[in-house]
Amino acid sequence: MKKAKTKTNAKAQASAKAQANTKAHAKKKTKAARSPKITLRLNGKKAAVAAPPMKRLLDTLREDLGLTGTKEGCGEGECGACTVLVDGAAVNSCLVASCQVAGCDVQTVEGMARGNAKVAARLHRLQRAFLEHGAAQCGICTPGMLMAALALPKRATLDEIRAGLAGNLCRCTGYMKIYDAVAQFLDGERR
Amino acid sequence: MIAAAGIDVLQPRHLKDALIMLRVAADEGRPLVPLAGGTDLFVTLNAGQKPAARYLDLWRLDKLRGVEALGRRRLAFGGLATFTDSIESKAVHKRLPILVDAARQVGGVQIQNRGTLAGNIENGSPAADGVPVLMAADARVVLRSLDDERAVPLAEYYTGYRKTVRRPDELIVRIEVDVPEGGQRFEKVGTRAAQAISKVVMAAVGHRVAFGSVAPIIVRAHKLEAYLAAGGRDIGEAQRLVAEDVTPIDDVRSTAEYRRRVVANLVAAWVPSLDKRTATR
Repeated sequence: MKKAKTKTNAKAQASAKAQANTKAHAKKKTKAARSPKITLRLNGKKAAVAAPPMKRLLDTLREDLGLTGTKEGCGEGECGACTVLVDGAAVNSCLVASCQVAGCDVQTVEGMARGNAKVAARLHRLQRAFLEHGAAQCGICTPGMLMAALALPKRATLDEIRAGLAGNLCRCTGYMKIYDAVAQFLDGERR
Repeated sequence: MIAAAGIDVLQPRHLKDALIMLRVAADEGRPLVPLAGGTDLFVTLNAGQKPAARYLDLWRLDKLRGVEALGRRRLAFGGLATFTDSIESKAVHKRLPILVDAARQVGGVQIQNRGTLAGNIENGSPAADGVPVLMAADARVVLRSLDDERAVPLAEYYTGYRKTVRRPDELIVRIEVDVPEGGQRFEKVGTRAAQAISKVVMAAVGHRVAFGSVAPIIVRAHKLEAYLAAGGRDIGEAQRLVAEDVTPIDDVRSTAEYRRRVVANLVAAWVPSLDKRTATR
């Protein structure tokens, strides 16, 4: 048993090393192709990243900028898991070329909490509403749902909330709790 | 992940520069593929289908943005006008409300924010939602090249499945519509209301009617239109004629037989409303 575990560990280490090597190699290759630098505002701060122009914004966020809160679901604009805001408008980051956000204001789920997201008081009010209503089950759709909900007009009715989130699929199908959370958040914003 | 590193993109800031780039690339025999919001293009790229090696990113050409109202019935959509632009435009609501209906059913908000009418047209999908509306409204596609500009009726824009009359040195800079008189109707029949590609789309303005998903290209139902324009109102005859206007096939979304049946049913529901004074939507 113990031996098997050690073996697995060694295997895991070897595979991690191989992965790191591939990563380093990939990085070198990208550099060799001289990826142009893209400057943007990211979650309120200036950011710059070297990425191939047609690299998906989703991949640039996750791989180059280390923001893995944005999820990939379908990769074809159906599910909304990769939703981020570009200049305030909800977009599917799997369908946006990185070069197209140069000079833009990009917001991801990481920009919502103020400081440590593990402290409830630091969370954005919309995030707290999701917590209070149990509006997340497996959680894969949640970052996209949050971003799409942020783009809703403050006066959105339930129908408008549904339409605004129609491009975000939740396969745990917990839609009612999500709508409730968003409605409560918007209600608070109006006060 | 797509192999993005090998893909070239040109990013002009001015329309003239874009037209020069298109011309040079066309002359070199390596045409540039225009890229707007990317909502169709990235789907094929992400699916690993062979990407064109070079793209022309239009997104910075701010002059092509927005919708303009010209006169009581006239609309001009910029080459980068998005579905959201139409949804938010009072002029479109007033003059061509079925375009708002269609735009609201194109994917989710995320797609509506990036997808453009020009892209919807040029992509050439027979299942496009916006195109039947524009075609029924007699829209013209304005193509500009470095040294000339021409307006092509949308009904004559397609030459075959995903093939258009656009030359490699031309760009869609505008879509013009003089909305004809008459009631308007838009019907999208699909698996569900949101986020579904259609099985059949019908758009009508007055007696002009276009169908999507029932032929290799979006089509105007010329035989049916001629009958209706001459005052014909017999539903059975209308259904017989429209069956000659469409050539549906079996595919992943539906069957030819179902599509024929739905087209006939949509016509039966629409024709009696033609002479009513109020617009039917």
